Amino acid sequence: MDLDAILLQVLNGLDKGSAYALIALGLTLIFGTLGVVNFAHGALFMVGAFCAVSLERLLTISQISIDESKTDFLGNPLEVETPYIEMWFGEAIGQGIIDWSVPLAILLTIPVMLIIGIAMERGLIKHFYKRPHADQILVTFGLAIVIGEIIKASFGATENPVAAPAALARVTDVGALVGADTINVTYPSWRLIYMAFAAVVIGAIFAFLQFTTFGMVVRAGMADRETVGLLGIDIDRRFTIMFAIAAVVAGLAGVMYVPIKPPSYELGMQFLVISFVVVVVGGMGSLPGAVAAGFLLGLLEAFASTEWAKDIIPGIDQIIIYVVAIIILLTRPRGLMGRKGVMEE
Amino acid sequence: MAILQVRNVSKRFGGLQALNDVNLSVEAGTVHAIIGPNGAGKSTLLNCFVGRLIPDTGTVMFDGKSLLGIKPHQINQIGVSRVFQTPEIFGDLSLLENVMIPTFANRDGAFKVNWWKRADRESDVQEHAEAVLQEIGLYEKRHEIADAMSRGDKRRLEMAMCLSQDPKLLLLDEPTAGMSRADTNATIDLLKRLSETRGLTKVIIEHDMHVVFSLANYISVLAQGTVIAENTPELIKGDPRVKEAYLGTEAE
Amino acid sequence: MFGLNRNDTLLLIFVAIITFAAPILMNPFPTESSLAQFNAGYPDLMQRFVIFGIFAIGFNILFGLTGYLSFGHAAFLGAGSYACVWMFKLFGYNVLPGIILSVIVAGILSVAIGYISLRRSGIYFSILTLAFAQMSFALAYSVLGQDMFGLQGGLTNGETGLQVYTSDPQIFHSEAAPNLPHLFGLPMRETWVWEYGAWSFQFNAGFYLCAIIMLVVFYMSIRIFRSPFGMMLRAIKTNQNRLNYTGVNTRPYALAAFVISGMYAGLAGGLLSAMDPLAGAERMQWTASGEVVLMTILGGAGTLIGPVLGAGLIKYFENIFSKINDAILEGWFAFLPETIGDAVVWVLHFFVGKGWHLTLGLMFMIVVIFLPGGLVGGLVQGAKRLFGGRRRKNAPPPSASPTSQAAE
Ligand SMILES: Nc1ncnc2c1ncn2[C@@H]1O[C@H](COP(=O)(O)OP(=O)(O)O)[C@@H](O)[C@H]1O
Ligand SMILES: [Mg+2]
Repeated sequence: MDLDAILLQVLNGLDKGSAYALIALGLTLIFGTLGVVNFAHGALFMVGAFCAVSLERLLTISQISIDESKTDFLGNPLEVETPYIEMWFGEAIGQGIIDWSVPLAILLTIPVMLIIGIAMERGLIKHFYKRPHADQILVTFGLAIVIGEIIKASFGATENPVAAPAALARVTDVGALVGADTINVTYPSWRLIYMAFAAVVIGAIFAFLQFTTFGMVVRAGMADRETVGLLGIDIDRRFTIMFAIAAVVAGLAGVMYVPIKPPSYELGMQFLVISFVVVVVGGMGSLPGAVAAGFLLGLLEAFASTEWAKDIIPGIDQIIIYVVAIIILLTRPRGLMGRKGVMEE
Repeated sequence: MAILQVRNVSKRFGGLQALNDVNLSVEAGTVHAIIGPNGAGKSTLLNCFVGRLIPDTGTVMFDGKSLLGIKPHQINQIGVSRVFQTPEIFGDLSLLENVMIPTFANRDGAFKVNWWKRADRESDVQEHAEAVLQEIGLYEKRHEIADAMSRGDKRRLEMAMCLSQDPKLLLLDEPTAGMSRADTNATIDLLKRLSETRGLTKVIIEHDMHVVFSLANYISVLAQGTVIAENTPELIKGDPRVKEAYLGTEAE
Repeated sequence: MFGLNRNDTLLLIFVAIITFAAPILMNPFPTESSLAQFNAGYPDLMQRFVIFGIFAIGFNILFGLTGYLSFGHAAFLGAGSYACVWMFKLFGYNVLPGIILSVIVAGILSVAIGYISLRRSGIYFSILTLAFAQMSFALAYSVLGQDMFGLQGGLTNGETGLQVYTSDPQIFHSEAAPNLPHLFGLPMRETWVWEYGAWSFQFNAGFYLCAIIMLVVFYMSIRIFRSPFGMMLRAIKTNQNRLNYTGVNTRPYALAAFVISGMYAGLAGGLLSAMDPLAGAERMQWTASGEVVLMTILGGAGTLIGPVLGAGLIKYFENIFSKINDAILEGWFAFLPETIGDAVVWVLHFFVGKGWHLTLGLMFMIVVIFLPGGLVGGLVQGAKRLFGGRRRKNAPPPSASPTSQAAE
């Protein structure tokens, strides 16, 4: 493998890893703060993705008019659909808005995920704090099925592609980007943006937990819930907010992922398994662990899917993540950065 | 003859020296009390006997065999049973089952796939378990679920579980903590009775001096991981170092 | 009888009667009636009832007794399926060797997976089993499905799935034997139809073979539940630590339970192939593991009959509920005023037909939230509340089994 090929796989790995890390971050946050194993987290990722689909659908609601000046091949006057948005804002701006519907959907995703997160925590998760982890897994697993089915009923069983803005739906010359002309790699621009986006979100979460009082209390709660409770701090309300934040993170990870993988109602379940593997490899409840494991597994997966790796071990691309998960769990019982005693009973 | 020999045992948790060069020897057939303020390392010491912790240095010999490096179930199988500081029982099972399980472990060893026979047809085990429950005064409640018991009953149940195994050495970690005076006295009577009828060796951790002085033949005082005094109860009572440890003179 | 106490014997006899009479009981509606679509008494579906019943009974021995939640049992189901088809390919269509091998193969695989996974507990165990099963799925789907060792299609024939070709050796295949799965000459497809009035009942050889096997393994699971071994497994669930300090080596107990349940899963997989000689990798996918979890929980984990009930319900919903479409709904609610009728149909249509998974998910959530003991646990609770008081007054509880609280 030459350097360019390696770089390409590094980018692939970072790309996958960004998504894994973002989902795992929220998952491990919920686990670390609330002590809840949330099997519906993949579904939250999916809901985020469908925010983009919904927004695009909303924006393209059209008025159907008959254009007498044109005819179809049977000679009938042609029906034309004009999105209302183009009628209101003019064609150029209207089309621009539609074109940018994925990034714009972020504005929709945040409130939607906040509401869903709060509703979910108050309505369901709250009642499961004291129940065994198996019960938490089961009820959220049921919820994941329900969410998936609601999506299916609303958006159909097929994939729902939404394109990235045209300006970003091309490839970037990575060499030029970093200013090294020895590098001769091009990479889809949107994927590079996704990485940057993930980095910003991850950075924001860490900064929030590190530098705000709220974050400090939550971190203390993660370390020792009972003591914080004894201090008379209303930790429950904060945990509700934490759950909502985790839901928002999952939703953001999902909404931006739409141009990379067109969402279908199965998306949640597809990402659920892998994100749990990531969390467990990183160590349940460890935020840096989730991020590290996300990128580690993303990179390993990328390199395992090269022909070079597949020639050495056939099928390695299919199983690498699970092999790594098994090895890490056996050699480091609590994952890469897990704390002692978490989830042992 | 000393049935339990503890030599130079030390254990560190990070920056905390929980046990510091502890020596102890427990004579067969006696009741050996370990007393000391909270956090002195008493439970930690017991943990080193039953395989929950492995000391950093030192040896623990029981009946001529080392207890270090073997698994908890092996330690139990050679005759050491423990009552924990917070009751450790099988909460979802009935009292009778709670006592049958250790009895099975005694009869069948650490592992046996005995899947064809009905548990309630194992009359030897069942009768033995019932007899032990009778002895400890829980027979009437034998079909109730352990989790539904009062705290005191849970402790007694745990004691019954240990006794059903006829251990050579019984370790009791604060068996009367949180009990009412009446329950405490009942427990003292029970333990006394056991000493008479079974003559088994006991190591007992206790805060309640009334309990300690009614039962113990010998006392070791542990403070900050070190045995600061050991003697017969009469002599320990007057020992100034013990008072100091309890009154908490902070001087090291 | 059978070395069981009175209640268990009654339960076994009850299940046996229901099972044997299933072709009649499941077909309550006359063939021509509009309700005939709710009949479940056709061979294919009834076979699934009992086969997935076996799967769930086995899963319950692990999860219900020890509390170890495996998300990887589909691997054993799939392995059993492949093993059975291989026996067809090599030796011929008699199902007996296939069924036996499927149990053995699943047993070996579960020793390996269980030995490693049981080094961890809690969610780590769940994820390890999930990882192993996903790995098995990926391997069966891709690598093991490529040509190897001169075998075209490898061990699993990849995406297409493993099936029997005329070019296969089938060395014990005789001319007299039927050219499809059979038991010593009795084809599994053989169905005797009994026309009774407007009804038509189908008695299928394959179904009865599965039913007999299910009753045998159900009986075995009752014995396990009531045995000292079962008691140890329940003790693992409540307090594994205590059990260790009680002189019991818990790891081999958990492994034994894991392997037994793995063999049940393999048996179920083998039977699936014996009924329909085709094995695909999707049987190993984690959704299949999830399905058996759903079945067990829905019916009631840790109860004897719960998993069978759960398996039956889910398979019934899958087949029958999913057939109800809007036209049928409209037929039902035609008596309502049109607008109300339309509204009702519109609401219901999300829950039936293609949307039956929604019903399943909701049902499942409701059970986990409100009935932690599953349907059977809920029934037992209800019954206790109804009859409990009276019984206590009349007589002390029979001194019978110490294991009575895991009853029914
Ligand atoms: N597993 C452990 N990890 C870290 N510190 C421990 C552990 N177990 C006990 N300790 C510490 O060791 C000291 C002795 O504890 P313990 O033996 O329980 O005291 P006690 O004499 O009250 O039974 C305490 O300060 C306790 O916090
Ligand atoms: Mg203590």
